[in-house]
Amino acid sequence: MSFIELVKQPWPWYVAGPIIGLMVPTLLIFGNKTFGISSSLRHVCAACMPSKIPFFQYDWKKEIWNLFFVFGVFLGGIITALYFKNDADIVVSKALISELSKYGISDFSGLVPADLFNWASLGTPRGLILMVLGGFMVGFGTRYAGGCTSGHAIMGLSNLQLPSLVATISFMVGGFIMANLILPFILSL
Amino acid sequence: MQQHSNIPENDFEVRSLDAMCINDEQVETPSWHNLKYLLFGLVFGIVLIKAEVVSWFRIQEMFRLQSFHMFGVIGSAVVVGAISVFIIKKFKIKSIQGEEIILPEKSFNKGQIYGGLLFGFGWAMTGACPGPLFAQLGYGATAISVTILMAIVGTWVYGKFREKLPH
Repeated sequence: MSFIELVKQPWPWYVAGPIIGLMVPTLLIFGNKTFGISSSLRHVCAACMPSKIPFFQYDWKKEIWNLFFVFGVFLGGIITALYFKNDADIVVSKALISELSKYGISDFSGLVPADLFNWASLGTPRGLILMVLGGFMVGFGTRYAGGCTSGHAIMGLSNLQLPSLVATISFMVGGFIMANLILPFILSL
Repeated sequence: MQQHSNIPENDFEVRSLDAMCINDEQVETPSWHNLKYLLFGLVFGIVLIKAEVVSWFRIQEMFRLQSFHMFGVIGSAVVVGAISVFIIKKFKIKSIQGEEIILPEKSFNKGQIYGGLLFGFGWAMTGACPGPLFAQLGYGATAISVTILMAIVGTWVYGKFREKLPH
């Protein structure tokens, strides 16, 4: 198997996890920056519509590195799609496949289910709820919690911060409740 | 440190909570230096996609305990991150600008529970946390731009009503 074919395969957790972990010292050493992504959403608010809200009154230009970082993540998505795309369907557990088939989700070719996340499904109740309300909760919740998976779960836990452990457990509890108890209702709409 | 002067006293510890303006470099660097963050973000984005961390399906598996994959990714990332931070502290490693690296201490507030639960809901719904949203969009899921826009709206609404929320 050539190198490029190897790269195109889905990467195992023991390759991806350590690279993600190395983002922490890389950002600290190359610029004294603490790893975090959700703050970028705040900087966009501060830059575009601060509306005299105290929370958005700060020098966002000083945090512009964070916007470069997320733009890089976006470009990483484009580059992967162009050069390292894996054409096979994602391999998920049989239990999940059979559960999702009950809701008419059978396309496993994309990162997000094509049956749920597309422009047309914005007009369906479940698509609208997942994309619009889900997005709102990601933005509102991460800022309320003071960070997201990168800022709390990875950066915060790496620095042995107890508040980050509380936040990470809350993320997981929220996710378990939504995926197992509430999502079945939303998907059957 | 002038940028802190306009953050009010009653701000719920913006600096320790939000991982901003804490220990960023005080050395003036030319703006093209920001390109290194673009490069790091690019690597991060590729890893997120190739390890399927940004896949809605993998997130559903994680929250249903149907696969070890996501726990392995996050767990090994934390272990590597923690060892790195330990080494940086132990040997007082400086940044390439020669600055001392001081990591912020976070303080507890109830927002980490309430906000954390809400974000957990959103994570299971969209199959993405903020970083992966940008990767999904780049990978070609154009409708995710709506989700990103709503995440920005959510952040704005939080900022607007921050003082009225329990912390």
